[in-house]
Amino acid sequence: MTALRITPLFAFGSRRALRMIERNLLVYKHGWMVILSGFFEPLFYLLSIGFGLGRLVGDVAGPDGQPIPYALFVAPALLAASSMNGAITESTFNFFFKLNYDKTFASILTTPMSPADISLGELGWALIRGGLYAIGFLVVMIVFGLARSPLILLTLPGALLIGFAFAAVGMAATSFMRSWQDFDLIQLVILPMFLFSGTFFPLDSLPPAAQLLVQVTPLYHGVDLLRTLAVGVVGPSTLVHVAYLAIMGLAGLAIVSRRLDRLLLK
Amino acid sequence: MSLDGATRPLIHARALTKRFAAFTAVDAVDFDVARGEAFGFLGPNGAGKTSTMRMIGCTSPISGGELRILDMDPRHDGPQIRARLGVVPQHDTLDNELTVRENLLIYGRYFGLTREECARRADDLLEFVQLADRGKDLVEPLSGGMKRRLTIARSLINEPDVMLLDEPTTGLDPQARHLVWDRLYRLKQRGVTLVLTTHYMDEAEQLCDRLVVMDKAKIVAEGSPQELIQRYSTKEVAEFRFAPGIQETLDGQFEGLAERVERLPDRVLLYADDGEDVVLAARDRGLHPETVLVRRSTLEDVFLRLTGRSLVE
Repeated sequence: MTALRITPLFAFGSRRALRMIERNLLVYKHGWMVILSGFFEPLFYLLSIGFGLGRLVGDVAGPDGQPIPYALFVAPALLAASSMNGAITESTFNFFFKLNYDKTFASILTTPMSPADISLGELGWALIRGGLYAIGFLVVMIVFGLARSPLILLTLPGALLIGFAFAAVGMAATSFMRSWQDFDLIQLVILPMFLFSGTFFPLDSLPPAAQLLVQVTPLYHGVDLLRTLAVGVVGPSTLVHVAYLAIMGLAGLAIVSRRLDRLLLK
Repeated sequence: MSLDGATRPLIHARALTKRFAAFTAVDAVDFDVARGEAFGFLGPNGAGKTSTMRMIGCTSPISGGELRILDMDPRHDGPQIRARLGVVPQHDTLDNELTVRENLLIYGRYFGLTREECARRADDLLEFVQLADRGKDLVEPLSGGMKRRLTIARSLINEPDVMLLDEPTTGLDPQARHLVWDRLYRLKQRGVTLVLTTHYMDEAEQLCDRLVVMDKAKIVAEGSPQELIQRYSTKEVAEFRFAPGIQETLDGQFEGLAERVERLPDRVLLYADDGEDVVLAARDRGLHPETVLVRRSTLEDVFLRLTGRSLVE
């Protein structure tokens, strides 16, 4: 009989990761205003593109083909994109810098805390912060009259799922980075996703081959997930989106947990 | 405690090696550190002291050889070993976003202590390092000596079995150095095992029961400061300084004056058991140094003898 070697997927971090969240709470006690900054980016996009540009555009076809105002079309997509951007910034550039160059993190590594604990804790904190931004954005959507279905509340866990998926894959990608130049590649992937994932215009405006390409990329799934929830027309495709993002996040974690110590303890 | 536990070394290294790609930072070194001992690595910058300390601290994997710490293997038991170490790194790594007291509180939390325990120990430790009145201040405005004392307090929050101190007083002014030495001396009195690196021979003499001299990734000698001085140097040294340009003209003039002669760029060192005798003999030969200093041998002389170079260059 062959012994099946099972490497547990969550051989990654421990409860000690919570200490990192505790540290961040202590830090933000001194300057909690800083935390507000991340809230404004999607809000400014919503005001300028959603409502400004939206006045020129009028209605567009929603997820079920029914026309919806452009602001309602673009708002959940902006929430999805900002969840992605926040997660990627945190998990690539910042994450690499903190663990390799930040003295504070170097000192934490001399305690029982492992690189995995620190990463998981920072990931958790980034998700908490992302969740706060998502709540803020949700309130804005409701205030501007964009709430048509109670399902819109589910965009909050949806945004967290997007953040988790991108942060985990971002950390996994970072574990293969050899120099700062490599990080430029990340922007090369993120920017087209931001622009073409059905974020600002419906996917069927693209040529069929491009549509197919977009449909395999993760932000498309994030955008469509939040849009179907915000408009309140969920279907089997919603589950596909959830499954895609969940598998992506777990795969990212599985990779990074195998590479982290080798990468960071020199 | 069993006899075994009391006699087995706390740190045991055989052929311990650290390589970074083609560069060998630590080259097959052997050493043992016993419980309650103050053990030093003395050597110039780049000798491999910090790499050795980082391997002991389980933040840098070993490249070869054997290393056991507190009877555990750093390859598998990193977190368990680190739980019982207190680390004072060479450069301050305090959390600048937090206050003095918060630095201690959160550090205790990393070790899994309860909040009440952290608070109790933080107050005791701030008292111990004489920073009790600075608890609510941010870290940044503290002086170098205060930061170093806070780092020492932080490393004690888990009541460690072993303290690892990498260049504990480098960059501090003399008064701050003595304050740090005093605290470390008290810890030693309490039975805490100290492992430290230094390139200051006075620090090694003040604090270390036993030390190894490191040079170019290898250990070149081992013993107590007194043993090393007896083995590798004479009781006294006469230092001669000449007016500029004179020393170069004195080839062969020192032959037979002392047991050993070292010619440094700025002075000549004459090793003998009685330095005054050397000074008189030199005067008889018609040598007229501008200044003469007779002193006892130090670890600096041991290092010079072993490597042909000064410790601090």
